[in-house]
Amino acid sequence: MTELAPDIRIQDLSKSFKDREIIKDFSLSVKEGSFVSLIGPSGCGKSTLLRLIAGLEEKSAGEITLPSSLKNSVSFVFQDANLLPWRTTAENVGLPLELNPELAKLSHEEKNKRVLEALTKVQLENFANHFPQELSGGMKMRVSLARALVAKPKFLLLDEPFAALDENTRFEMQNQLLSLRKKEKLTVIFVTHSLFEAVYLSERIIMLKGAGAKIVFDGNLDLPSERTESLRTSEKLNTIIRDLSQRLKS
Amino acid sequence: MKRTWPALISFAALLIVFEFLVRKEVFSASLIPAPSMVLMTMQELSDDFVQAFKETFSNVLAGWVLSLALGTGVAFVFSLSDLLKRAILPFAVFFQTVPIIAIAPLLVIYFGFGAPTVIASSFIVSVFPVIANTLMGLESASEQQKDLFRLYQANSLQILTKLKLPCAYPYILSGLKISAGLSIVGAIAGEFVAGGGLGALIDSARTQQRVDIVFAALLLLSLMGLFFMALLSLINSIIQKQRPF
Repeated sequence: MTELAPDIRIQDLSKSFKDREIIKDFSLSVKEGSFVSLIGPSGCGKSTLLRLIAGLEEKSAGEITLPSSLKNSVSFVFQDANLLPWRTTAENVGLPLELNPELAKLSHEEKNKRVLEALTKVQLENFANHFPQELSGGMKMRVSLARALVAKPKFLLLDEPFAALDENTRFEMQNQLLSLRKKEKLTVIFVTHSLFEAVYLSERIIMLKGAGAKIVFDGNLDLPSERTESLRTSEKLNTIIRDLSQRLKS
Repeated sequence: MKRTWPALISFAALLIVFEFLVRKEVFSASLIPAPSMVLMTMQELSDDFVQAFKETFSNVLAGWVLSLALGTGVAFVFSLSDLLKRAILPFAVFFQTVPIIAIAPLLVIYFGFGAPTVIASSFIVSVFPVIANTLMGLESASEQQKDLFRLYQANSLQILTKLKLPCAYPYILSGLKISAGLSIVGAIAGEFVAGGGLGALIDSARTQQRVDIVFAALLLLSLMGLFFMALLSLINSIIQKQRPF
């Protein structure tokens, strides 16, 4: 499948840990504004790829090029909420505004405004002064999402963010992510183990498998752009999942 | 206050039982004195006890504060350099494992009789838990937490003050609790050889077979330990309220 205007380019990317080559000569292009899910078995290199794009790992070889509109506008949502237990919800959300050299220059009022905005986006504005231990798993994940949004990113990387949540909360979070993505016009790369989650959320699925994170499937999904609850049980969605599941097993 | 009641009640019950057993001559008063006798001795020798308590208290405080300052400082330096940690940490372990009573005579030779030797002895015994706990705390931040700070391009100072220090705080506190007790042990060992304070009082009572004086001194040392624990508890509650991190 060829992209007309590939904006995020990964060229011949390799990453080794000691003698083990996790990613080998990996190339990919992702269109700005799209929602792409990376799926594949454990250890296939999905998370490493995401961390390389975020700059959390040093690449062994290759190039990752982001368009100027996305540079310095990358946020990352971790597998668990990764909140600092000694900080309140608002202080956790405001952390990027304290740490990032550019964002730290914002006025105190602007920072407070942004924190409140981010908390409102995830419907946690009434929990600003709560500590992480006072929140449920789903709420913690929403705080984590708000922390990623407070920097007003254009490019969001999510590493299995909903894996530890119960099904209802997971569905709720998925819908919230879709609505935020639409509202904020985000480019999203989403790593998940769940085929169902990947198909429901994304426009494009990339399946990695085997040594060196080989792409075994890369395709756009033929599903309505507006995802509704009824889609979850639709035959069309289930057919796609069955097909992907077979590819994963083969 | 509610939380201290069980301890106070059990302590009072213990005193009553001992008083009863000694009066009924189940225990010999020359081996275990009745609590009332200990209190009487404290009253009789109050000037000596006050003077000795003051001396020991100031020496313990000096040794403990020195442990806190140098111990945390050394741990911070160790946390910055793995090479330094591997080169110097064994010496700290050496201080921890060699019995202070074996080093104390050397300290007298180096520092002379009196406070300097006692402070050094208190410091040597109490510094290791501060170093070990602070170091463990500074290294306790998870990889994901470090990733978070890396992601937002935090500088070294921000990583130290906003991540490593808050992570280390509970460890430092627990190190200080351990070292508070040990600094008293070290000071008493120092006073056995260098003189002064409750240590010297205990040593002189030993030569006179005055167990009542020894028990009175032990009671005061326990109260000193409790004071340090209460002080730490107070500092902790202030820090929890102020939340400087």
